[in-house]
Amino acid sequence: MDINPILLLAALMVASTPILLAAIGELVVERAGVLNLGVEGMMIVGAVCGYIAGHSSGNPYFGFVGAACAGAVVSLVFAVLTQFLLTNQVATGLGLTMFGLGLSSLIGQDAVGSPDLTVAKLSFPILSDIPVLGPILFRHDLMVYLSIVIVAGVWAFLKYSRAGLILRAVGENHEAAHALGYNVRRVRVFAILFGGACAGLAGAYISLVRVPQWIDGITAGAGWIALAIVVFASWKPWRLIAGAYLFGGVTVLQLNLQAEGLKIPVEYLSMAPYLATIIVLVMIRAGRAPASLGKPFHPSS
Amino acid sequence: MLRLEKRPQPSRAWTYGAPVLAVILTIIFGMGLFAILGKDPLIAIKTIFWDPIFGPFAHFYRPEIVKKAAPLVLIAVGLSFGFRAGIWNIGAEGQYIIGAICGAGVALAFYPMEARWLIFPLMIVVGLVGGLLWAMIPAILRVVFKTNEILVSLMLVYVAEVLIKAFSIGLLRNPEGFGMPGSRNLRQYPSAANLDLIPNTGFHWGALAALMAVVAAYILFTRHQFGFNVRLAGQSPRAAGFAGVNANRLVILCMGISGALAGLAGLFEVAGPSGQILGSFPAFYGFTAIIVAFLGRLHPVGILFAGLIMALTYIGGQAAEAQLNLPAAAILTFQGMLLFCLLAVDVLTNYRFKFGQREAR
Repeated sequence: MDINPILLLAALMVASTPILLAAIGELVVERAGVLNLGVEGMMIVGAVCGYIAGHSSGNPYFGFVGAACAGAVVSLVFAVLTQFLLTNQVATGLGLTMFGLGLSSLIGQDAVGSPDLTVAKLSFPILSDIPVLGPILFRHDLMVYLSIVIVAGVWAFLKYSRAGLILRAVGENHEAAHALGYNVRRVRVFAILFGGACAGLAGAYISLVRVPQWIDGITAGAGWIALAIVVFASWKPWRLIAGAYLFGGVTVLQLNLQAEGLKIPVEYLSMAPYLATIIVLVMIRAGRAPASLGKPFHPSS
Repeated sequence: MLRLEKRPQPSRAWTYGAPVLAVILTIIFGMGLFAILGKDPLIAIKTIFWDPIFGPFAHFYRPEIVKKAAPLVLIAVGLSFGFRAGIWNIGAEGQYIIGAICGAGVALAFYPMEARWLIFPLMIVVGLVGGLLWAMIPAILRVVFKTNEILVSLMLVYVAEVLIKAFSIGLLRNPEGFGMPGSRNLRQYPSAANLDLIPNTGFHWGALAALMAVVAAYILFTRHQFGFNVRLAGQSPRAAGFAGVNANRLVILCMGISGALAGLAGLFEVAGPSGQILGSFPAFYGFTAIIVAFLGRLHPVGILFAGLIMALTYIGGQAAEAQLNLPAAAILTFQGMLLFCLLAVDVLTNYRFKFGQREAR
């Protein structure tokens, strides 16, 4: 077997980025006390919109912006239903996933791409030339670094800013936050929109960088894995990176083993990321979830 | 200013009226969707909702509606137990696939023996047990390790999809199939075929099982302690605890029921309408059944009607695909919109809209 560990680790960072992006968005949503199970749906709408926006404009970054907007717009449906019409969050999230899958293949049915659209890899002076570490860490595209910056930003926001404190208060005890005069629904709507934008970005990363192509059902459960990682990370931003890179690692290793033509049939190898998710969910004692997670809130009560 | 006010009690009128309103709203939104796609909205709606039942080719479509409704109702009735109790089995699709693999596996193991009295009942039992065991994985993990049953059951759907693809080109492949993927066609194997009980009606054993499940669930919910415990646990887990309802047992039972019925649905599907184990066998029934369960307001009789309506959108959608060139995904979008509308109008049952100045808050 000759799997190059450097290439493997470099591919791991690329494979993890969409999961990390979707997960950090969902983390903020859940810290605000909302359980949005529609990550997969928002992601795939982001994937197709990002693909079309990127390829029709010829600029991949335009695609990412479009995808973020599309993800936010789709999540707005969820926000209105759960926050203003007080629907069950689990059912609405599932509905959002189904709706997103349908809508994306509707939008993408005649999507055509140009073969020469690529997202440029950045290169840092000196850093990129370090042996071993250079190729692994410092020769990726902008989105890989942006995902880590977003994680750092969310961490700082939740920990040090007053708005982050309010968001956490809303997630822990919405009645108390309401009594203190905070607008619970407004906070939650903004959190949901942020989650949608992140999921959109994640989807576009799959369709513009990771695959890069548009196929129906391209996200293949990545949104659900992102949801699992949020539980795995006990709702703490930094742990998300460990979780996402772990799953990215399983995915990449599995793909590499397939390419190696190992004795294990291909079909069984492709189960690995899903089984790994289950095993990790079992092994990791989840930390305490935000106390108001998934509970509906109506200001009159 | 429009605002919501909580009703002291859920409105009875809206309990029944809300699903009807949701269907009407979905049709209106759907017409918008079809208009955007450049199809005549009225013709599209007529093709989807009217022609399959009353159109000139209805004799062809009606049995298909029954065939589609049977697995949807069967799975949705099972899911309604868990959903009422706040136990979210999202992986019915996986249990449905495993039921199909197990049932077909039994049939193919006996091929070409002629003993329907033995093989068909055995297939039913094994298919049921297969779905049940697949559902036991998330159930036991939740009870023992407190893992989230939503995520585990869903991950197992992807695993089941991989499994059925592997079996269709591996263990269960038709040895006389010239190397093509897919198992032998069970419809052509008299000992295992799930054919129409009354010819040309689409009413096969699965439809019979669905009707029986509806009746059984109705009796359980209205006349039996178990149904009461399920409802109590959903409405007030604390009260259920004081009343002596064992939460863990409830998880196992609810997941078990939904898994078993989903497994049955998969078995009847593979032995009848679908006919063989194939990579394309999963038909999203397990996910659509979630919509059916909510559309039927988690009530067995409601689910029966909801299943028929959802089957109609499938069959009508296929007709629209063929006749109007409507893309296949449009109908999935349409079904998603149906679930949204349904959840949205539910607000009318528990709240009422009030006009007037909002109080200071």
